[in-house]
Amino acid sequence: MTCQQLTRLVGDYVEGRMSTLEQLRFQFHLGLCEPCRVYLRQLEQTRQSLGHLPEEQPPAQVRDELLHRFRAWKATPR
Amino acid sequence: MVKGPPHNDLDVARRILDGDESAFSALVARHHRAMIGVARVFIKDFASAEEVVQDTWIAFLDALPRFEGRASLRTFLFRILSNRAKTRAIRDSKQVPFSSVDDTGDFVEAARFDATGHWIRQPRPWEWDTPEALTSNRQLVAWFEEALKLLPERQRAVVLLHDVEELDSPAICEMLELTEGNQRVLLHRARAAIRTFVDDKTRGRP
Repeated sequence: MTCQQLTRLVGDYVEGRMSTLEQLRFQFHLGLCEPCRVYLRQLEQTRQSLGHLPEEQPPAQVRDELLHRFRAWKATPR
Repeated sequence: MVKGPPHNDLDVARRILDGDESAFSALVARHHRAMIGVARVFIKDFASAEEVVQDTWIAFLDALPRFEGRASLRTFLFRILSNRAKTRAIRDSKQVPFSSVDDTGDFVEAARFDATGHWIRQPRPWEWDTPEALTSNRQLVAWFEEALKLLPERQRAVVLLHDVEELDSPAICEMLELTEGNQRVLLHRARAAIRTFVDDKTRGRP
């Protein structure tokens, strides 16, 4: 297995969708290849970081409009 | 980001139903990025996508008394959004067939490997190690945000729903009309693209 092939198989690997043989090949490459271990780690860091991204406020105009509509909704008897 | 258990969802729903503006604003801020991302899968025009997101919030408020906490509040919200976005796209007859450009090709461009399939420029560990370190680094946050914006629509929506909103795959497939396999490919492509973008930036590549 080459580094390039490994990058194509990462998804199957992290989701446990590999045959035992494929998994062994993958892990064998990883064991010998520091850069690919770093690559795998960075993908995991990417996944985790996305879950920690700060919130993105809508533009002020949209926010005001939404609050306006929220107040109107609140005032409507249900 | 707060991603509470269902009992927390019921509490949030109750506060909003009681007219708590800050609870509503907090929810809007928490989901805005992903909502725009999902709307744009079906509606190319940014202003129209924003409109659908706004309308979704009102539909969400109207539907909220029926929220029982069986699914998460996020799932409840994004279901309303995807339904409205699809309806709007059909109404405007602007549904654009997707090119396959976002789910084919290499996960990491071939040019980054030599003839024997090895890295030309080997990945080196990032200096920042934890997600917490990311949030305190505005430059890194900006790179992640830029990377998200550069993704093809479906990749962006899948990674936002999966990794940011933490919705489960069957719900994402249903909302975005994807097969499970397709959804997986889009997710892994998106993560690989974001990782490459951020790595290039941290290493001073344009």
